[in-house]
Amino acid sequence: MTLLSVQTLNGLQLGVLLFLVAAGLTLVFGVMDFINLAHGVQFMIGAYLAAMFTALTDNFFLGLGLALPAALTLGLALEWLVFRHLYARDHLDQVLATFGIILFLNQAVKFVWGAAPLSVPVPALLSGSIQLMEGLRYPIYRLAVIGSGIAVALLLSLLVSRTRIGMLVRAGAANAPMVSALGVDIGRLFMLVFGFGAMLAGFAGAMVAPLVSVEPGMGDNLLILTFVVIVIGGIGSVRGAFIAALLVGLVDTLGRAFAPPLLRLFLDASAASQTGRALAPMLIYILMATVLFFRPAGLFPVRR
Amino acid sequence: MSDALPTAGPLRDRRTILAGPILAGLILAGLAALPLLGAFGADSYVLLLVTRVMIFAIAAISLDLILGYGALVSFGHAAFMGIGAYAVGILATHGIEDLLAQAGVAILVSAGFAALTGAISLRTKGVYFIMITLAFGQMAFFLAVSLAAYGGDDGLTIARRSTVLGAEWLGNATIFYYLVLAVLAATLLACRALVASRFGRVLRGTRENPVRMRSIGFEPFRYQLTAYVISGAICGLSGVLIANQTNFISPAYMAWQRSGELIVMVVLGGMGTLIGPLIGALAYLLIEEWLAGITEHWKMIFGPLLILVVLYARGGLVGAITRITGGRHG
Repeated sequence: MTLLSVQTLNGLQLGVLLFLVAAGLTLVFGVMDFINLAHGVQFMIGAYLAAMFTALTDNFFLGLGLALPAALTLGLALEWLVFRHLYARDHLDQVLATFGIILFLNQAVKFVWGAAPLSVPVPALLSGSIQLMEGLRYPIYRLAVIGSGIAVALLLSLLVSRTRIGMLVRAGAANAPMVSALGVDIGRLFMLVFGFGAMLAGFAGAMVAPLVSVEPGMGDNLLILTFVVIVIGGIGSVRGAFIAALLVGLVDTLGRAFAPPLLRLFLDASAASQTGRALAPMLIYILMATVLFFRPAGLFPVRR
Repeated sequence: MSDALPTAGPLRDRRTILAGPILAGLILAGLAALPLLGAFGADSYVLLLVTRVMIFAIAAISLDLILGYGALVSFGHAAFMGIGAYAVGILATHGIEDLLAQAGVAILVSAGFAALTGAISLRTKGVYFIMITLAFGQMAFFLAVSLAAYGGDDGLTIARRSTVLGAEWLGNATIFYYLVLAVLAATLLACRALVASRFGRVLRGTRENPVRMRSIGFEPFRYQLTAYVISGAICGLSGVLIANQTNFISPAYMAWQRSGELIVMVVLGGMGTLIGPLIGALAYLLIEEWLAGITEHWKMIFGPLLILVVLYARGGLVGAITRITGGRHG
């Protein structure tokens, strides 16, 4: 029971993290019909920037505060340099060019910060753990990650559903040429959404920096998970991304923890642990294939 | 928003189905003559490099079959190469070292995997197809990582190259080179025959306009799935060769970055041309080799180079060659 609670919390934590990255990706895709493989490296850059600024200022929160505008600036610079020239291209060109950005940035962080992983200390204010219930202590920092992720999700949903900018974003996702024809500067809107998405990914990277080792390529695997999330959720749907992110986070974490013991009910111990270890990392992809088999446009398809 | 799939772009208009049969002949003849030049020892670095280029060319050509002619952007193609490589490694571990047996199993398993995943993936369109093929590629990757008995994460060293009818001919670098060349030539010929056939015309029709194809009585799904299976099988065969060349298998063969590299090779060379992927594989691996010799941070040069190619060199190298020679092939 304790293990289940801990793993559920871990799953939630992975879920909100995935959501932070997926939200930007799904908006960029929904509004601009743009497939951005480089979103994962923006997560990585966020972590590196947080590591650097934290080391410089000796304060995690100051580091985070400096990392966010820096991540935003980098996102906008990339948009200006590369992405805006690709909006009118087909998906294959977008895949290739953003793949080029991944190659460049993964190597560039090695060039700038070295190949060795960096570590960021957990801020003193949020260190230690608290007693959640009988026999269950959970690190405060991880709870803070979950909390801030959910807070950002709420903020984002308010932003998208209640503000004028959000209205334009939703309209853009439904029919970008029409929005443009109504006199909205669609180029500025694209840039805004893009920069915001890059900053969210950077925020996610900065938040997990104290929990993982900050290293080149750390965004690559997360990127694939994020793709699974937005495809399951329905590309362009923020609500879908949120639900799918939690689903993927929970399935992945719980699957890894409980697939071997569950299989032991049917198989002998060594076969169970073998199959369990093989099956667990594949679960989310099986989930995705199943969802797409029944709903080829995801759980919450955006109507066009 | 349109679901328009990437098509061959400007190449579409030029009908480059038969692009450069002369070019293909010249390249193959050059490749055949290479070991005869004698400037390289039997085990030379150049021979090894070119063998590797040809193996990747086979994989890239197989991808071009669906990417260039069917507009199906498979982002998980490296999985098939990995399956072929693991067929060699796993069978060799159990004492089955015959090349034909290994290749047979590799082709069957790749084709089976392609039929299964293709049947699901082809239900989706556009970017969803890219994502779901990526997901299946990752599934194969994680399956390979979990195969603890066959090296798991670290991979597995294969004691020696496969045997042909019990003989260890393939240990000789020159013989292996010509075997790979023969497979490459056969792949090129078979794929050319395929795209020029009725089947190939239907496949190209589904690329241009699936709705119209359906209305004149061709169900795109069947043709696309068949092409996907053939493509997967050929790519599996390339995996048999790469495992033999390196005497080593590891999940890294199936990493999604490898799938990305295959797409880069196809597009760099010029998709929808068959000879393009060969040129693309050659260019990609030679540029990699050259830049890696200059600096360990070669990817910082290659990445921007790739972006420039996408932005400014549409139609790839074959497109550039046709423009320069002013020829209108086909």
